[in-house]
Amino acid sequence: MATLRDIKRRIKAVQSTSKITKAMKMVAASKFRRAQQRMFEMRPYADRMNGVLSGLAGSAEGETHPLLAVRPRRKVEILVLTSDRGLCGAFNANILKAATRHAAELRAEGFEVVMSSVGRKARDFFKRRGISLRNSWVGISGKISYANAQEIAGDIIATYTEEAVDEVILVYNEFKSVVAQKVVIARLLPLAPIETAEEDTLPVYNFIYEPSMKGIFEQLVPKNVEIQVFRALLESQASEEAARMSAMENATKAANEMIGSLTLQYNKARQASITKELMDIVGGVEALKG
Amino acid sequence: MAEGKLLLEIVTPQGLIFSQEVDEVTAAGTEGEFGVLPGHVPFVTTLKIGMLACKVGSETKIFFVNWGYAEIGPEKVLILADSAERSDEIDVERAKAAMKRAEERLQKAADIDFARAESAVERAVTRIQIADLRRAK
Repeated sequence: MATLRDIKRRIKAVQSTSKITKAMKMVAASKFRRAQQRMFEMRPYADRMNGVLSGLAGSAEGETHPLLAVRPRRKVEILVLTSDRGLCGAFNANILKAATRHAAELRAEGFEVVMSSVGRKARDFFKRRGISLRNSWVGISGKISYANAQEIAGDIIATYTEEAVDEVILVYNEFKSVVAQKVVIARLLPLAPIETAEEDTLPVYNFIYEPSMKGIFEQLVPKNVEIQVFRALLESQASEEAARMSAMENATKAANEMIGSLTLQYNKARQASITKELMDIVGGVEALKG
Repeated sequence: MAEGKLLLEIVTPQGLIFSQEVDEVTAAGTEGEFGVLPGHVPFVTTLKIGMLACKVGSETKIFFVNWGYAEIGPEKVLILADSAERSDEIDVERAKAAMKRAEERLQKAADIDFARAESAVERAVTRIQIADLRRAK
């Protein structure tokens, strides 16, 4: 049977674990708020960019851009977004499972699949399985900047325009709410056709274009890819912190439950030992009387 | 909207930087610097790394803009930029450090991304110039 001192030591250990998980939960909560804030901050930009692009697409009749053109699919790239750090529940496991399954499905359909990843977790996962990555970015989660998105998007656009791949698919966690994250498998390239703005939603100006409409359109389309990557990164970041928050919340709860049952056990053991001592004393007294 | 005013909006992925009615806007387009007064002809251009100034009454506000798209209407100027900073937010020390790094890279010049290093230098120089301009006032 566990001695009193053993139980006490275990209670102490669990108590300090619960303190740590509680602190981690609080850190995750504040990081989460920041991530969410950044998602809101980039929204006006994305909205206006969409407005501008749809206006341009409407006036650029039949104008096509290599990033919009759909080519026959042969080689598909899957870009997986995970976190650098663990302790966030099933966050990374879900994403990696979905990505692996999707890759297997595509292979079964006869496509060639290349993987690339963001986050240490994905890189390590694929390394362990001996799957080579075309490119991987680590060490950016937690301090995502637009420059990161530009770098990733630039690399992907280059690969796509060289026709090394014919389609790029993003796999990431979309932020639904603090308790729910959804794994999303979405096509990044070729870009979905830009919807033409309806005539009456935009004031129709006869714009003068400098240098030229084509030139401007060509600069804006890659920007759209950058924005999509940036948005996915921010969504993934917010989801990660939310997942970590609830994982740490659960861990704290479990630790507290454990402290409760250990305390009960401790008290029982303490009482048993007191009773035993009493019985010894009473027995001794009886013996002396005899 | 007040008569004879322009609504200037500067939007970046980091948020809405500036949104206010102004009297005049000057910006560095890829085809050259241009000025906008209320009632300008509708006009679309891209901006290079450079300075954007706007006048509100007698006060002039200066921004640093890192690539941008500008849409100009008779009473509105919309700037979509990769990043933008108010002149008093510019971190001169950081810009100087960035310039030094980029110049070192250019000097080694082995297998570096030349365009990237060059635009890094350009960004740093422009930032420093704008910050100097503000201090000179």
